[in-house]
Amino acid sequence: MWLYILKRVLQGLLTVWFIATATFFAMHNVPGDPLTNDRAMTETTRANLEAKYGLDQPITTQYLIFLRNLARGDFGISFVQENREVNDIIREHFPVSAILGVLAVVFAATGGVLFGALTALYRNRLPDYLIMFLVILGISVPSFVVAALSQLSLVSLNTLVGFTVLPVAGWGTVMHMLVPALVLGLSTMAYLTRLMRSSMLEVTSSDYVRTAKSKGVPPTRIFTRHQLRNAILPVVTVLGPAIAAITTGGFVVELVFAIPGLGRYFVEAVQQLDYTVIMGTTVFYGAFLVFMVILVDVVYGFIDPRVRLDS
Amino acid sequence: MSDLTAASFAPLSDQQPSQVIARPSLSYWQDAWSRLQANRRALVSLYIVIGLLLFTVFGPVVWPVDPAMQDIDQISQPPGTDRTATLVADYEPWFGTSGLPGTGLRLAEKATSQAVRLQWDAVDGASGHRVYRNLFPIGPELSYGIPMAEFLNNDTLYFEDRLDLQPGRFYYVVVALDERGLITDRYQSISVDVERVTTRTEALERGLITESNAVQIGDKITLAWHPLGTDYLGRDLLARLMAGARVSLFIGIGAPFLFVLFGVVYGSAAGFMGGRIDQLMMRFADFVVALPFLLFMILFKIAFGIGPGESGVFPMLVALVVLLWPATARLVRGQILQIREQGYISASELLGASTPYLIMRHMIPNTLGVVLVTVTFAIPSAIFTEAFLSFIGMGVAPPTPSWGSMSNEGIKTMLTTPHELFFPALFISLTVLAFNLLGDGLRDALDARMRNVE
Repeated sequence: MWLYILKRVLQGLLTVWFIATATFFAMHNVPGDPLTNDRAMTETTRANLEAKYGLDQPITTQYLIFLRNLARGDFGISFVQENREVNDIIREHFPVSAILGVLAVVFAATGGVLFGALTALYRNRLPDYLIMFLVILGISVPSFVVAALSQLSLVSLNTLVGFTVLPVAGWGTVMHMLVPALVLGLSTMAYLTRLMRSSMLEVTSSDYVRTAKSKGVPPTRIFTRHQLRNAILPVVTVLGPAIAAITTGGFVVELVFAIPGLGRYFVEAVQQLDYTVIMGTTVFYGAFLVFMVILVDVVYGFIDPRVRLDS
Repeated sequence: MSDLTAASFAPLSDQQPSQVIARPSLSYWQDAWSRLQANRRALVSLYIVIGLLLFTVFGPVVWPVDPAMQDIDQISQPPGTDRTATLVADYEPWFGTSGLPGTGLRLAEKATSQAVRLQWDAVDGASGHRVYRNLFPIGPELSYGIPMAEFLNNDTLYFEDRLDLQPGRFYYVVVALDERGLITDRYQSISVDVERVTTRTEALERGLITESNAVQIGDKITLAWHPLGTDYLGRDLLARLMAGARVSLFIGIGAPFLFVLFGVVYGSAAGFMGGRIDQLMMRFADFVVALPFLLFMILFKIAFGIGPGESGVFPMLVALVVLLWPATARLVRGQILQIREQGYISASELLGASTPYLIMRHMIPNTLGVVLVTVTFAIPSAIFTEAFLSFIGMGVAPPTPSWGSMSNEGIKTMLTTPHELFFPALFISLTVLAFNLLGDGLRDALDARMRNVE
């Protein structure tokens, strides 16, 4: 078990190195350079600045410096806001994205399991058709449209009631988080519902459920102990990639709802070509995702005793 | 068991066929096609997909309107609005009308989409005025709207508004300024109904009238028809949707096709070679999978750099291919490894089949179904990615239309002109829906193991 975790973590570190390398060379390929901006600059100033940032070094040296700083956990200083460290930016904005992401994952997982189980129970009856129709809608409508529509309906709701039931945009209280998290988790919820439904149907026709039925186990107990527990496993496996999709898919929701998260900051940094922030954020996100997937895999090993992690 | 007699044990005649083929033998693809036809949802989706492709390819032939042409008389018009306009004389400058009857803020002449001419009497105790325009009434919270002009004396008591006037109701407010130029709470307001007009020169330029026409100033003429309305720059929405479909579907279909092709080659190579090379190749694929997808899409986009006049379609295509091939590679490798162990491969080998024959006859046809399903499911996600990136302004560069960038433009005016968001969003949703349902149907029809899961 511990050996497996150690192996996975080492592989994860290797993957993070690959992500960092890909990021470095992609950014190195960007036309122009960080010192090209609207500020007038003499040759001497330019040379001094290049020396300061190590831009006069050959690319291999630059790459080694980048890796050394990365190993120390130092992403450097923002090129645009020169008094801010990238670490500070991540520390300030990532928790916002993380809270939103966690809330969205919770919404998606509970909703997906609940609705998936419901559709399987009421297979080919009204609740099934209704939920599956909504699921197809959830998969087909782009998140920005859902975000815009939910904002629109919030506006009309607030005007109808006469006071602010839920804020339309912004960040701060739990009330601000609910709708964005729901919108962010919606497509994942739809996907998980489909998965849960087919997995539930498979379990329902399995031998052990039939055995339990013939033994006279009450249906509610069969449902909770046998069906739900087994059907939930495939949902747990895709939770790792789902967390990845949700946390990096936060840009749109953060943009539409004016949430000061890291995703929105990344988009701004790209627009301003803020080299260090772009690189730092990408590597940070990549590492986060890699270790999230490892975490989910390990947790899966604990939930499902059939899975042997050591092999 | 009592009805068994000695006759029951008599041997059957040799002449009687022991086995009858009741139905004609179907090949794999014939079988799949009949299954697909039985699936109504998938069949309807297939028709929708074909319809969309026809719309994209032949649409611009049927509706040959330039998607970049601006119709400035009809800006942000929803479909089915009144298209008549009154012909007026060409514009001439105006510096207030002396001796205009009436008091307070009033119109000097009829408000038209060419100009709204306002005139007012000095507000008591004011040492200047500021003119505001709004789409909504002032309301109790005194929201005046957009400041249009400011006069820091009491000499100029007229204002001509020519900024982006559209038929409809506008609310104008003139607020008194104190001697320091700050606004006071004394104001005059007026609501103005703007009528659409077009000048004779303009109408001639656009071919709405000809020199020989007996159209007089003051007559009603009909403006160009826009079946789905116009956007915020007066461009025809239908023409833009068609041009956008070319971009969206080119990326949406081209990228999956390319990365699946690459994935198939990579995966089958790894599966075939096996051993250390296979391990190494798959390790690399795992690395690529771990890259945060959207961040790298954006990163690649800026790394490629879009020069002036370029649409940015090609960089996006390449980025999609570079980032998305590993899933297919993994899938195909698994398939190849599985098929390699099958009995029919050994049988074929025993009968003397060469490796190319094995690949062509057994490997490729047996993976093709899975690959086709992968492509169908990859198309909606590629369309989504394009729409998503264009929406946050990291996709195709304006003025190239794509459904995503059109949604991005539409969302800004969602409250006043929802049709600008509605149509591109509808097209994205419809396409994604059709490809998803078609993918479901294809999976059921082609992949025997996935059958009857749902």
